[in-house]
Amino acid sequence: MLQGWVVVLVSFTYLGLLFAIAYFGDRRADQGRSIIANPYIYALSLAVYATAWTFYGSVGRAASDGIGFLPIYLGPTLVIILWWMILRKIVRISKTNRITSLADFIASRYGKSAALAGLVTVILVLGIVPYISLQLKAVSTSFTILLQYPEVAMPAQRAPETMLQDTAFYVALTLAAFTIAFGTRHLDASERHEGLVAAIAFESVVKLLAFLAVGLFVTFGMYHGFGDLFSRGFDEPAVAPLLSPLEGPAGGYASWVWLTILSMLAVMFLPRQFQVAVIENVDEKHLRTAVWLFPLYMLAINIFVLPIAVGGLMRFPDAAVDGDTFVLTLPMAEKQQALALFAFIGGLSAATGMVIVETIALSTMVCNDLVMPALLRMKRFRLAEHENLSHLLLSIRRYAIVIIILLGYGYFRLAGEAYALVSIGLISFAAVAQFAPAILGGIYWKGATRAGALSGLSAGFVVWAYTLLLPAFARSGWLPEPFLTEGPFGITLLKPLELFGLTGLDQITHAMIWSMLANVGIYVGVSLRGHQSVIEQTQASLFVDIFKQTSELASPWRGTASVGELQGLVARFLGPARAADAFRQYARDRGLKSAEDLNADPGLVRFAEIQLAGAIGASSARVVVSSVVQEEPLGIAEVMNILDEASQVIAYSRQLESKSRELEAATAELRAANERLKELDRMKNDFISTVSHELRTPLTSIRAFSEILHANPGLDREQRSRFLSIIIKESERLTRLIAQVLDLAKIESGQVEWHNSELGMQEVIEDALTATSQLFKEKAVRVATRIEPGVPRINADRDRLMQVMINLLSNAVKFSDKEQGLVQVTLRTLGDTLRVDVHDNGIGISPENHEVIFEKFRQVGDTMTDRPQGTGLGLPICRQIINHYGGALWVESRLGEGATFSFTLPLERASARVSKVAS
Amino acid sequence: MGKHDVNHQHLIALFVLGLVLFNYPLLSLFNVPGTVLGIPVLYLYVFAAWGAVIGLLAWIIE
Repeated sequence: MLQGWVVVLVSFTYLGLLFAIAYFGDRRADQGRSIIANPYIYALSLAVYATAWTFYGSVGRAASDGIGFLPIYLGPTLVIILWWMILRKIVRISKTNRITSLADFIASRYGKSAALAGLVTVILVLGIVPYISLQLKAVSTSFTILLQYPEVAMPAQRAPETMLQDTAFYVALTLAAFTIAFGTRHLDASERHEGLVAAIAFESVVKLLAFLAVGLFVTFGMYHGFGDLFSRGFDEPAVAPLLSPLEGPAGGYASWVWLTILSMLAVMFLPRQFQVAVIENVDEKHLRTAVWLFPLYMLAINIFVLPIAVGGLMRFPDAAVDGDTFVLTLPMAEKQQALALFAFIGGLSAATGMVIVETIALSTMVCNDLVMPALLRMKRFRLAEHENLSHLLLSIRRYAIVIIILLGYGYFRLAGEAYALVSIGLISFAAVAQFAPAILGGIYWKGATRAGALSGLSAGFVVWAYTLLLPAFARSGWLPEPFLTEGPFGITLLKPLELFGLTGLDQITHAMIWSMLANVGIYVGVSLRGHQSVIEQTQASLFVDIFKQTSELASPWRGTASVGELQGLVARFLGPARAADAFRQYARDRGLKSAEDLNADPGLVRFAEIQLAGAIGASSARVVVSSVVQEEPLGIAEVMNILDEASQVIAYSRQLESKSRELEAATAELRAANERLKELDRMKNDFISTVSHELRTPLTSIRAFSEILHANPGLDREQRSRFLSIIIKESERLTRLIAQVLDLAKIESGQVEWHNSELGMQEVIEDALTATSQLFKEKAVRVATRIEPGVPRINADRDRLMQVMINLLSNAVKFSDKEQGLVQVTLRTLGDTLRVDVHDNGIGISPENHEVIFEKFRQVGDTMTDRPQGTGLGLPICRQIINHYGGALWVESRLGEGATFSFTLPLERASARVSKVAS
Repeated sequence: MGKHDVNHQHLIALFVLGLVLFNYPLLSLFNVPGTVLGIPVLYLYVFAAWGAVIGLLAWIIE
């Protein structure tokens, strides 16, 4: 009889045996004679893929869907063909960078991002918890069933009211204790567990043998081989549909294809698969054998799935027994005590293998990627004081293991009953598949960015949760039922199982299509639009080009620390003995006698970082090492700073250049201004001396003639009269000169009052001609006027314009031909201006003197021979006046052809002034 | 790299072959009623193809 204590005793004996194997494995590893360093153990450890889900669940699925259980194993077989390329690359990358987990791998690839590591860990914990709960469910159900022996009865569908009566609770606690004993006995720098791998390989053998034993018993014990079994099956109405051609294998080809893809990804990226295939890999050459041995194992464990399912359905025709339990219940029904117990142990080994490896992998991630980064940030100073942190690390992991398994138990109690084994497992598969774009993209595509991975992963995760996790909750009664049937808030388009109206697919296919679309799309899109930081680029080429690199890595560390500090740091996390060993080994590898001879060069810093990465993960290790390395690592921030500084320097030098250009310009302006000032000063001096000279000339003659008159009272009357007239003339000249000097000074300084009024230019010209008519008569110069009719009136100072006209006319008279003097005066409008020309037929003015004559006191002609015929101020004054009204005054002339003095006055401006005055 | 270099092209070709073997439409050819040696055709085909792929893989890589 199989009493409870027998089952428990056998179970614990089995677990004890596992522990012994693990212990032996670790012992041998320490002695350097590894028992797992061969491809067969490696291949068997990969078979941790086959869990209680395979052991019990495959038969269950086959009993309901026929061939539908196979994609879960065909997918891995297909992808394994490519493992020599893909997985070998991942293994190489992980060994080179001391990657310790899936989260570590992804975070390292994308610039050692702590955020990414945390996200991956959270997704994994949420995604894997249902899977763990599945194992607990399998063990507790099988245990309960076995206790009924020889009766075959299904356990109650509802879990017992209290946890203390619940078998699954004790199973969970036992597994937690066992996992802690296995996985956290000591902290290893490489996070490898040789003993564990040995035990897992042993478990794989046990579960295969147990399943084959049951299969052989059913096929050849209960029936007479496959032919007999199947031909009887065809006669059974409940069985025949499974064997007949299907409408499409198990829910259509779409479902088949997606299950294949899903399992392809799961076999690489489930935490336990990553752990055994990558982290625990001893030698990448082992892949060579494992890639065909592992599929062979899967083939073997699946051969009898259908026969057992068919046999079960025939043995229990009334569907009273759950297909998930046929492996156990068939031997029980046939009164095969030992075989039933062996089947139970097989299921137990499948479940424990999965739970142990999975929780160890998860606890490592929770510790390294969630808890440690948080601790390092929050209590960094307190942590730094700790002498030995390895105990802390181990405690964190132990708590993590207990919590994860209890979470699995919680899920089992609350939700587990709503689903068959296979469905729960597929939810986890779909969660894990979300990592595929980030990992596969990460090792083949250098352009993939951290932001892309982060957002793609988040998007995929959200869609996964919405289309798989929430419906699971809804079915468990945690969410209202209408959430599924009518969509959230009654929005049919958002129904979690028919998102955006996509119907006709099973739940997993539907979820995979949407989540992968979101994941890959956003991952690629964001990566293409964004740009990588320096550390991302370094890591990207480190990962993608792993096979091109030599063993020596490009060290991203700058600066140095002391050897003692580094060793102390490593000792804190690994323990002093291990740290000393590691450093001694490092020294020996470099041909040095002891660790004291080491130089704390970047290589050693890198070595220390790698050691720490093994214990606490890459992102945490980086933070820790940077705390002792005196110079900050060549991190993103620093490189950005350097770049910033450089660009600032460039910016500054540009600014300096432009400043100095401005200064040069300003200097030039100042120099020019200075020149002008000097010029003006010189002109002022010239002016004064000229004025003094001009004043002195008439004064001299006045004085000379006055003295003559004074000294010679007896001069005759005629002579005296002549002298007096000279004195009067010179005095007039003097008065005129002084008046003009004052006039010019006033105009130039803007002190003149302009008495503007409306006037006609032709009147001014006529008045001026009248005023100068005496002059014309004296010189016998004829005058001809040509005045255009209808010239607009302007607004100006009449006296000033008279002054200009008189000046120009008297000049014209002076310089016109001595014999046939003719002055022509023309007035006309020219566009917006009126124009006055005064032409004489005199000797003309050479072109070089055209401007000179408008300068003060500059009279053309030889001043030595000719007496000056004017003051030299008339034209400058005229020009000032015309300029004041916005016009221009100039001369056109050629020697011998006379000269034309012309000025213009703007009409508009004049009229504007009129309107201004009028208003 | 061990005994001999693994030919990556052969592996990729085998992978594609596997995809074809275990997918529509090839799969549907064997999705017919009847048995061979007393075993339903589809199951026999899948397992035979599976075994063949594993055999080929072992032959390529070892």
